[in-house]
Amino acid sequence: MKNIIKLLIITIFFFSSVNLYSAEKVEYLKTDWSFKGLFGKFDRSSLQRGYQVYTEVCASCHSMKYVSYRNLGEKGGPEFSEEAVKAIAASFEVNDGPNADGEMFTRPGKLSDKFVMPYENVKAAQAANGGAYPPDMSVLVKARGGGVDYIYSLLQGYEDAPSGMILDEGVHYNKYMYGNKIKMSAPLSEGIVEYGDGTEATVEQMSKDVTTFLMWTAEPHLESRHQMGFKAIVYLIILTILVYFSMKRIWSSIETEV
Amino acid sequence: MSEKKTNRRDFLFTATYAVGAVGVGATVWPMIDQMNPDASVKALASTEVDVSSVAPGKTITVLWRGKPVFIRRRTQEEITDAKSVKMEELKDPEKDEDRAKNPEWLVMLGVCTHLGCVPLNDKGDYNGWFCPCHGSHYDISGRIRKGPAPTNMEIPKYEFVNANTIKIG
Amino acid sequence: MSDHEYTPKSKFGKWFNDRLPLLSLASHLTDYPTPKNLNYWWTFGGILTFCLITQIVTGLTLAMHYIAHADMAFESVEHIMRDVNYGWLIRYIHANGASMFFLAVYIHIFRSLFYGSYKSPREIIWIIGIIIYLLMMAAAFMGYVLPWGQMSFWGATVITNLFSAIPLVGEGIVTWLWGGYSVDNPTLTRFFTLHYLIPFLILGLVVLHIWALHVPGNNNPIGIDIKKPSKDTVPFHPYIVIKDGFALLMFMIVFAFFVFYAPNILGHADNYIEANPLVTPAHIVPEWYLLPFYAILRSVPDKLLGVIAMLSAILILAALPWLDTSKIRSAVFRPLYKQFYWILVADVLILGYVGAMPAEGLYLLIARVATAYYFLHFLIVLPVLGFKERTLPIPLSITEPVLGGSTNIAMAKNRESLHK
Repeated sequence: MKNIIKLLIITIFFFSSVNLYSAEKVEYLKTDWSFKGLFGKFDRSSLQRGYQVYTEVCASCHSMKYVSYRNLGEKGGPEFSEEAVKAIAASFEVNDGPNADGEMFTRPGKLSDKFVMPYENVKAAQAANGGAYPPDMSVLVKARGGGVDYIYSLLQGYEDAPSGMILDEGVHYNKYMYGNKIKMSAPLSEGIVEYGDGTEATVEQMSKDVTTFLMWTAEPHLESRHQMGFKAIVYLIILTILVYFSMKRIWSSIETEV
Repeated sequence: MSEKKTNRRDFLFTATYAVGAVGVGATVWPMIDQMNPDASVKALASTEVDVSSVAPGKTITVLWRGKPVFIRRRTQEEITDAKSVKMEELKDPEKDEDRAKNPEWLVMLGVCTHLGCVPLNDKGDYNGWFCPCHGSHYDISGRIRKGPAPTNMEIPKYEFVNANTIKIG
Repeated sequence: MSDHEYTPKSKFGKWFNDRLPLLSLASHLTDYPTPKNLNYWWTFGGILTFCLITQIVTGLTLAMHYIAHADMAFESVEHIMRDVNYGWLIRYIHANGASMFFLAVYIHIFRSLFYGSYKSPREIIWIIGIIIYLLMMAAAFMGYVLPWGQMSFWGATVITNLFSAIPLVGEGIVTWLWGGYSVDNPTLTRFFTLHYLIPFLILGLVVLHIWALHVPGNNNPIGIDIKKPSKDTVPFHPYIVIKDGFALLMFMIVFAFFVFYAPNILGHADNYIEANPLVTPAHIVPEWYLLPFYAILRSVPDKLLGVIAMLSAILILAALPWLDTSKIRSAVFRPLYKQFYWILVADVLILGYVGAMPAEGLYLLIARVATAYYFLHFLIVLPVLGFKERTLPIPLSITEPVLGGSTNIAMAKNRESLHK
């Protein structure tokens, strides 16, 4: 028993002291995320505002190639109405073809289409952005160790460089970016988006909304996962209790400690 | 062992088995359901076709759910022929107006109901389609007239969303 | 193995069993006499079987949707996560299942180390176990490459490059492994094939592992031999089945927590970035269960020697039944060995920790000390202890000390007085 405690202490020390894949020791900005925790759910209106920020600010450079327009209307996401989603899809021109003449053509988007990319390919994106590739945002939140806190902080983390730091042309200082240097200029400014629901578009609000949206694009089934998880664990606990008592009953006739 | 003790023990074991079985079922279902059409496949369940360039007497073939769909713009003569066939002559009796709501347009799955080959257009003894695999002849309404196919070519769900566009599925 | 004659009850059963004795096998497995003093550390064999089946079933269903091509792999995994019915669930079960599999196997191995389960006459069971463990690592390594993220690609590059350390033929072997001049599509497709194959090899070895076990029967916490038939054993069904079932359910609760509430915590964020041969991640790290070996590899400054050290760290386990010279099996009665055992446990955890850190400064020093100690334990401590250690007297049978409520050493010592 003593040794098990020793082992547990070692393990707890191990897991708590090491953030296995940590970046620098920068404290990220904190906010309440409605989707965290056992019963976490997305704030539907935040998702819709976040989509607006993505479309109006980020989508000119950042693709989101694994998300389909129909996802915008599905359960667990922004849940736009079907007409709204159809209209959103139709507002984009999608490559298609070849037609009967063998030519490629463009047509308005459909529900089944994936989000149209701002650039044809990675190289075009780099060329248009000073050699830096604006990363695809479909799973960006999962692709960064700091997750939503990191993205949320980075969007608000543009500051003047500390004295003495020389920045190359086109490079900006960001307090939370890994290495502090980032080629993207501050994308958000007060009022850059006019929210459809009248919410004030502060940088903090937009950061929170777009990050929430990005959490959904990375994990569209998050709500199902949480709901199913709760049921699964409750079920397992019930079955464990039943099996425990069955075990006690079966072993009751054996002269030994189980 | 007293009656009461046995009953309680039986209940415990029965309850455990029952609860366990629920879990097994809940676990097995996703493994089976993952083979069902996924969301991206279901999103392509409908196809819209622009038929503005189809001249009377011409047939186009489009792909819908991975299968060919024949869309024929029938001439007046063809329509009259289709409607004049007597039900007794048909292996699979079906009225033309039940197959083509708008008689000018015949929209049907271009899959022979015998063993699944794609019949050839404007061929066969009934001025319709002919399946080269085993010699089934279809008329200008897509109905089986001669040969081994048991039923008429299937009419999918479709509608005209506007004068030039048919939405299939 | 068949100590008793089993006669099937039905005529069909008899007819079938005469031709293929499956019913006799089932009867043997059901009646198999198991020591009644087994504690919960013995439930991990059953848990491991569950893990293997889980990985095979989820792997099979994933393989119905996954595309093993460099241009489509990452996207196909996203397709599974987003569009396939319950795809996200199956994927997370499979990914976290690998971690749970290794968690269970380490507990299982360390149980054997503590209770001397590797000692005669169970050496072959132990060696088959080592082979299973090696195959698990190979399967896990290749499985991790399949999503074709940054860690997939660069982990594959680093580990396959290790083979170039072999003199003369090293470079040729690496090219042969890659199927090209770098990790690329040919590497991915063959890794997928092998990843699919290995679990079935493991399955076969598990059958041999259990078969070899059933010859002498299970070891037990006090490490004494049990002569069969014995009142110190219980039939496997229902006693051990229900106990293994209970332990398995507890294990599944932990598993469910990871799958449903922290599905990415054991992974690496960089693997959600598509593989890029032109950009190396800042810190290349394998999955947690390979970290101790990664630490050993990096602690040796020479490339070839580092590889040899890493492999030796695993292969030395195969020699364990002969390195440990003690006649006493269980650490319960080996107070000195017990201390060294816990030091080894700490050593392995430390190796795991430094394996995740950059290989420089204090971390590197610790890794070197821990690596040296690891080999010291097996090569020096164990052989010497067997001769030098004063062990405690072991009981005659299981029932004696256990009736007192535990493996009570005092009772064991006084057993002569108890028996007049």
